[in-house]
Amino acid sequence: MLGYLLRRLAQGLLSIVGASIVIFVISRLSGDPIVLLLPSEAPPALIEQVRHDMGLAEPVWRQYLIFAGKALGGDFGNSYRWQAPALSLVLDRLPATIQLAFAGLAFSILLAVPFGVLSAVYRGSWFDTFGKGFAMLGQAMPNFWVGLLLILVFAIHLDWLPAYGHGTLAHLVMPAIALGWYPVAAQTRIVRSAMLDVLDSDYIRMGRAVGNPEWLLVWKYALRNAAIPLVTVLGVYFAAMLGGAFIVETVFAWPGVGRMVVEAVFSRDFPVVQAGVLLTSVLFVGANLLVDLSYGIIDPRIRYDH
Amino acid sequence: MQQTVPAQAQPLLRVENLQTHLYLRRGVLKAVDGVSLAVGTGETLGLVGESGCGKTMTCLSILRLLPKQSGRIVEGQVWLDGIDLTRLPEQEMARQWRGRRVAMVTQDPMTSLNPVFTVGDQVGAPLRAHGLASGARGVRDAAVKVLRHVRIPSAETRLDDYPHQFSGGMRQRVVSAMALACQPRLLILDEPTSNLDVTIQVQMIELFRELQNDSGLGIILITHDLGVAAAICHRVAVMYAGRIVEVGDVRTIYRRAAHPYTRALLDSIPHLGVRRERLASIGGQPPSLIDPPSGCRFAPRCAHRTAQCEREYPPEIQLAPHHTVACWHPLHEQA
Repeated sequence: MLGYLLRRLAQGLLSIVGASIVIFVISRLSGDPIVLLLPSEAPPALIEQVRHDMGLAEPVWRQYLIFAGKALGGDFGNSYRWQAPALSLVLDRLPATIQLAFAGLAFSILLAVPFGVLSAVYRGSWFDTFGKGFAMLGQAMPNFWVGLLLILVFAIHLDWLPAYGHGTLAHLVMPAIALGWYPVAAQTRIVRSAMLDVLDSDYIRMGRAVGNPEWLLVWKYALRNAAIPLVTVLGVYFAAMLGGAFIVETVFAWPGVGRMVVEAVFSRDFPVVQAGVLLTSVLFVGANLLVDLSYGIIDPRIRYDH
Repeated sequence: MQQTVPAQAQPLLRVENLQTHLYLRRGVLKAVDGVSLAVGTGETLGLVGESGCGKTMTCLSILRLLPKQSGRIVEGQVWLDGIDLTRLPEQEMARQWRGRRVAMVTQDPMTSLNPVFTVGDQVGAPLRAHGLASGARGVRDAAVKVLRHVRIPSAETRLDDYPHQFSGGMRQRVVSAMALACQPRLLILDEPTSNLDVTIQVQMIELFRELQNDSGLGIILITHDLGVAAAICHRVAVMYAGRIVEVGDVRTIYRRAAHPYTRALLDSIPHLGVRRERLASIGGQPPSLIDPPSGCRFAPRCAHRTAQCEREYPPEIQLAPHHTVACWHPLHEQA
């Protein structure tokens, strides 16, 4: 178990280093930040001076090594735009993004599990058919559009929820639904097909033959087996939500990392881009590790020691 | 080896003219087509036949566990303890009968246990469902008792183990424990030993026989293995294409099989020390049950068939007090 954990942590570290190199190089391909920082009539000597002071005159590989060395100590440099440490800027925004991603994921699971289970139990019924149509509808709606629709209905027409902002639980509801809407369909289908397999298994038939009530067989004995394929994709969806959060954050003026990083890309604020992407990749690696570890809790046959 | 039929076997279960249809896309499959049988207290009835002949469907009909979408009992009665199970509402069937008075052990012990729950949880579930034990402590104690009953060593500690931590034979015992937990009167065993090693098969057969002697349990044993049937059953019913073609006590069936199909099944058992060029098998295939022939269903594969066989289904003939056969030309062999 410990060996497995260490191996997975080492792999995760490697992924994070890889991500940092990619983002470091790509951000420098996006253009010269000096052009945006200095007025266009600035003399070339001044431009060179500033470039030198910011450490951008060095070759890229050298810049990366300097960046990596400092980053290990927690120093991601100062934001060009805000003149503040990039890491603390991003960290300030991080809780809001994580909160949104979790809420979105929770919303999708809360909908997908009962939908998937009931579709499997009542296969071929009107509910199953309705579920399929609903799922298709869900996948055809991009999350910014869902967000706009929600605002239109619940904020403007009904005036039940705040249209934008952050702070109370009421603020969280619509962004979470907008973000969690899309994966509901795919997750429902995963739960449905897993449940169909499990409900057809010998052990469920055996459970019926000894008189266990149907609700117990479905919601306890079958669901736990069907949860494994769902949990597998949750790590991926969590990552997709961290990434997809940018659009929803923009629609709802949610003060998250995604929006900040995208703004930083536009202003070529390299330190903020690097800190934001690196932190997101740490979250991604962590989420997938958690998923892999949770298999062992769900399924006792899974062992990590070899 | 031989068992005698218990004197005046009380008919615990009486199945009368049972007809079960499966509504498939290809058509209506008459899986069980007029089956009648009886099982007495403390008696073991072997239900023998090729796969697809309706053995399992007969038993699923008794338990009313047919595939929800496609299966339906269209005719006949299933009397257990004087109640016709085919008329009970599903709710009552689940709460008071299934697992409580009639239980079934499914085919494969390797797949019949839920892999992600402990054995104690699974054995305890029917006890809790039927109100025979309550509270964590109570269910646990009751489950230990049941596991001991099927001779699982150190039951107290094994309760917290998962199915994959048990061997095949031990798993079969756990499955049996689930079925026997609520002390049913009738137990249906669906090929309980076909996936086990021979030594473990023998152990399981011994176990079922002991349990039967202790409690007067009636057993229906579904098998395609006449060897297993000979070892454990009092009476044997041979099924072919949805119907019972011959019933008799085990000695009669083995010594004086009257139906050519029974004879062919017996001949296909390989015998040690008997040299044969190749193993005996029955040529041809069973008829489709979607549109079965009107005559004897075995006729196309039968060496003794006549025009009459192909025209009309044979009536049931009583050859001896405990021996009936449905055949126009029953074989009369002396042992």
